[in-house]
Amino acid sequence: MRVTVRLFARLRELAGRESWPVDLPGAGASATVADVWAAVAAEHPALAPFARAMSCAVNAEFARTTSTVRDGDDVAFLPPVSGG
Amino acid sequence: MWRPPAGAEAERDRYTDVMLAVTRTPLSIDALSAAVESSIRSRGEGCGALASFLGVVRSTHQGRAVRYLEYEAFDVLAVRVFERIRDEARTHWTDAQLAIVHRVGRLEIGEASIAIVAAAAHRAEAFAVCRYAIERVKQIAPVWKHEFFEDGEAWVEGAVADPEDTDARERARAIACA
Repeated sequence: MRVTVRLFARLRELAGRESWPVDLPGAGASATVADVWAAVAAEHPALAPFARAMSCAVNAEFARTTSTVRDGDDVAFLPPVSGG
Repeated sequence: MWRPPAGAEAERDRYTDVMLAVTRTPLSIDALSAAVESSIRSRGEGCGALASFLGVVRSTHQGRAVRYLEYEAFDVLAVRVFERIRDEARTHWTDAQLAIVHRVGRLEIGEASIAIVAAAAHRAEAFAVCRYAIERVKQIAPVWKHEFFEDGEAWVEGAVADPEDTDARERARAIACA
């Protein structure tokens, strides 16, 4: 299965890119947000320290790392926020 | 920056909603106040109070001179979060109305980054809703501030956004009612 990953703010800068397709070979029809993060962090080790200090969203709705993702989903990882 | 997919008309309607929005253009508290007032004028007791908040770009951050800021948002999710904050506020202050507009892009010192207008029949509710809204924005809105100093730059990282965190929500309510 393949999902689209999106990063914001410092995560985007550390990875050096904003959005790209990520393949999860062997995941079958579904995987979790944590599986997507593992693939992203393996490709970009600089992101790994954010594992315990980030939020995630699937198809522009807040999700959990245990949430299911499906082929074609849009999976976003968000560093701590600072709006206002 | 993330954009809604082409053809997602329902999303774009919400995205462009004047009262819950992310925008690249300067904020107007007058226009927002007029929209909020008219939206509840004929509801319940009507509108008797508007409380507004403008967050503006400060010239210093922890002793460092700020040149300018850049704000970035996950636009579609941010608008959904603003809608959520409005709905949360209405569970505490039933007849209130709320507008939240966040600006993104480059902002100079003194420019407004966020405009919030809360409306209610009476002033106590309007003040409370306005304060609740900015506290919740700080906790859960997917928006990021990038500060540019005379001698460097830094992303500001505050709360880990979790809308389901009921303790955080209660803290915001307690501050609003203080």
